[in-house]
Amino acid sequence: MKDAQAWLAIGLITLAATTGDVLLAHSMKRVGDVHELLKRRGLLAVIGRVLMTPTFFLGLIAMGVAFYSLLFGLSWGNLSLVVPASASLTFVANAVAARIFLHERVGRRRWIAALLVAGGVILMAA
Amino acid sequence: MTLRKYLVLAGITVFSPAGDALLARGMKEIGGISLHNFHSLLFAILDPWVAGGIVLLLTFFASYMSALSWADLTYVLPATSLGYVLVALIAHFGFHEAISPTRWLGIALITAGVGFVAAGPSVTPLHQQPLHRDVISQEAEL
Repeated sequence: MKDAQAWLAIGLITLAATTGDVLLAHSMKRVGDVHELLKRRGLLAVIGRVLMTPTFFLGLIAMGVAFYSLLFGLSWGNLSLVVPASASLTFVANAVAARIFLHERVGRRRWIAALLVAGGVILMAA
Repeated sequence: MTLRKYLVLAGITVFSPAGDALLARGMKEIGGISLHNFHSLLFAILDPWVAGGIVLLLTFFASYMSALSWADLTYVLPATSLGYVLVALIAHFGFHEAISPTRWLGIALITAGVGFVAAGPSVTPLHQQPLHRDVISQEAEL
């Protein structure tokens, strides 16, 4: 039962973290290159633009949900299971979600990179 | 990709594990938090280690948002995953923790993944116009 709960938490963390990453990436793509904007308009304009995009707040909320799911997951499962399992699943889920929702071109190079990193994270915890 | 952008990626890589390490150190000093001393969580931010950790994590978040504004999510995430390796190396050389052969293999895989993605393009063609493009083109017309 404890295992099932730990895996439920891992699923929740992966879902919330991926949602958060995609929403934050979406909001920053809408804002555009902040270095360019910083040079032209200054820091206040950058902050204003970021706060103006609704997906930024939704992304923050999703990240908050991911953080609390992690705390719950840690109370049910081992640190050495919950953290690497959710981190490596998030790497792969992000590659899929970025392709579908952000229309990023996830080529073979990026797939291999995501899988290598995900595998590496699992081995680091072993 | 300019030097400045590589520095932002390096910042993401370093600030996140460094912030986590300071938080962990501070929370160990404060001790376990349970329901009957729950209020000590509120005062935890007054601990210099925890406060330092929060500052580093805020810096990490600003760098992360900056990187997402000019690079793809599928580029930024693997490119900054050397942080996992960094933690293991700090544990090994700083705190003399043993690293098993399996962990060294994990380090090798992550490093290979980072090399793979970093050698490719940082951004793929967008389907939407950034908000401030219009402003720039207006300025160019003026």
